[in-house]
Amino acid sequence: MRKSFGDNVVLSDVDLTVEPGQCVVLIGASGSGKSTLLRCVNLLEVVDDGVITFEGRDITDPRVDGDEVRSRMGMVFQAYNLFPHLDVMGNVTLALRLVHGVGAEEARSRGAAMLDRVGLATKAGARPDDLSGGQQQRVAIARALVANPRLMLLDEVTSALDPELVGEVLDLLTDLKAEGVTMLLNTHEMGFARDVADQVCFLHDGRIHERGRPEQVLGDPQQERTRAFLSRIRA
Amino acid sequence: MAHPVADEAPGAWQPSEVQRDRDEWRRRRTVRSAVIAAGSTLLLLGAVGGAVVSSPGWQRVRETYFDWDKAVSSFPAVLEGLWLNIRVMVVCWLLILLLSLTVAIVRTLRGPVAFPLRLLGTAYVDVFRGLPLLLVIFLLGFGGPALSLQGLPTSPLFWGGAALVLSYSAYVAEVFRAGIESVHPSQRLAGRSLGLTYGQTLRHVVLPQAWRRVIPPLMNDLVSLQKDSGLIAVLGVSDAIRKAQIETALDFNYTPYVVAGVLFCCLTIPMARLTDRYARKKGYHGAGGHL
Repeated sequence: MRKSFGDNVVLSDVDLTVEPGQCVVLIGASGSGKSTLLRCVNLLEVVDDGVITFEGRDITDPRVDGDEVRSRMGMVFQAYNLFPHLDVMGNVTLALRLVHGVGAEEARSRGAAMLDRVGLATKAGARPDDLSGGQQQRVAIARALVANPRLMLLDEVTSALDPELVGEVLDLLTDLKAEGVTMLLNTHEMGFARDVADQVCFLHDGRIHERGRPEQVLGDPQQERTRAFLSRIRA
Repeated sequence: MAHPVADEAPGAWQPSEVQRDRDEWRRRRTVRSAVIAAGSTLLLLGAVGGAVVSSPGWQRVRETYFDWDKAVSSFPAVLEGLWLNIRVMVVCWLLILLLSLTVAIVRTLRGPVAFPLRLLGTAYVDVFRGLPLLLVIFLLGFGGPALSLQGLPTSPLFWGGAALVLSYSAYVAEVFRAGIESVHPSQRLAGRSLGLTYGQTLRHVVLPQAWRRVIPPLMNDLVSLQKDSGLIAVLGVSDAIRKAQIETALDFNYTPYVVAGVLFCCLTIPMARLTDRYARKKGYHGAGGHL
């Protein structure tokens, strides 16, 4: 797969597979193409060349209905991107009602169950602006998860959080992994990658330089660039 | 930010000596500032009023513009005309909202497919923002009926209203467009990532946020429309200004114009205060002025 913005080639020769139930973690410096990769998978960006297969179907084919594909993925953004004009319940149930044709009654009960699962059952009526960053991010995860997506895409979901709030979000992701949710995410939390990931991929300048089990990539990197990156963030 | 202290009973806090001194100083300064502000305002108003009243022509001006008996006698006719202004304003405002929102949405469409629509929207806004409102009223008010179009009325009221709608929609469309474009692109991304279509994202994510932001400027345009609805008087429509003109023509006493002016202010000033209050309730801080 390849993606460029103008002359700036962001991703080239990226070849990656996420098996059902797996958690694949992308690591790499800012600008290495991690976020762009996630956005391409969510069809928020159009790829220049290559194929992205989702549930056995080529979703990069322009004849594919992108809205329908996106409705079966869950995307969580670094800056939460909650809808400020809706309360927490409204955020979580919007897609259920509009996209999945779920009635208002059932949407509310599914939304309530989802909020309970992320530990925010009491916040259903709150406005996003009145929540802490960690709570907002958990609402965003609930919003992405409520329609039972086949794949969760998480784009640096803890990078905008205070250190003390990072833990509550990572704990939630660890639970999701245990429940068998398929996840593709990028993060700077190496501890999380080591504990939860099935596969870690190191991106540099739009290419995957190294991949493998977390203990191998993080513990015994083979590539010079990976070693340099890891030593910088540990310093 | 006041954080409650855990081991302190509510109400147990007493301000310290330093704090009481500060509070006292602030209170004294507030009183002094208020006295100065009130005094200087009265002085200025008194000076302006005095200059007008002591002017050599004041006696004649008072007789021709501020004649109480004339005001009372012309009031019913002007008020009746104002009722027409109000109806014109309400109907036109609804049509303006509809047309301008459509134009704004068209202008924010992306992609080459929408190019002809965008071009049309841009051309419309450019032309009607460029033309003086009075000119549009003249052109449509006299040219529209001359077309003798089947099914369209030829009344000056209809064509005057059409001129108001076309002219105002161009401005209001730009207000809406600014509102739509002020919603951060990440909101669209979030909507689309959930599987919402372009239209659903616009309807349920972008427009509700844009709407809230443009309420103050929209209300500003509404206040402006209230008074500009009087311009259709030039077509001979019997609105408040036209009625005042007729009353004036009886004896060349211009008091009815002042009556009409006061009545227009009675409409627009409460509307302006209402705007401020509504916007504040919607959480739009810095809306309008504070009174």
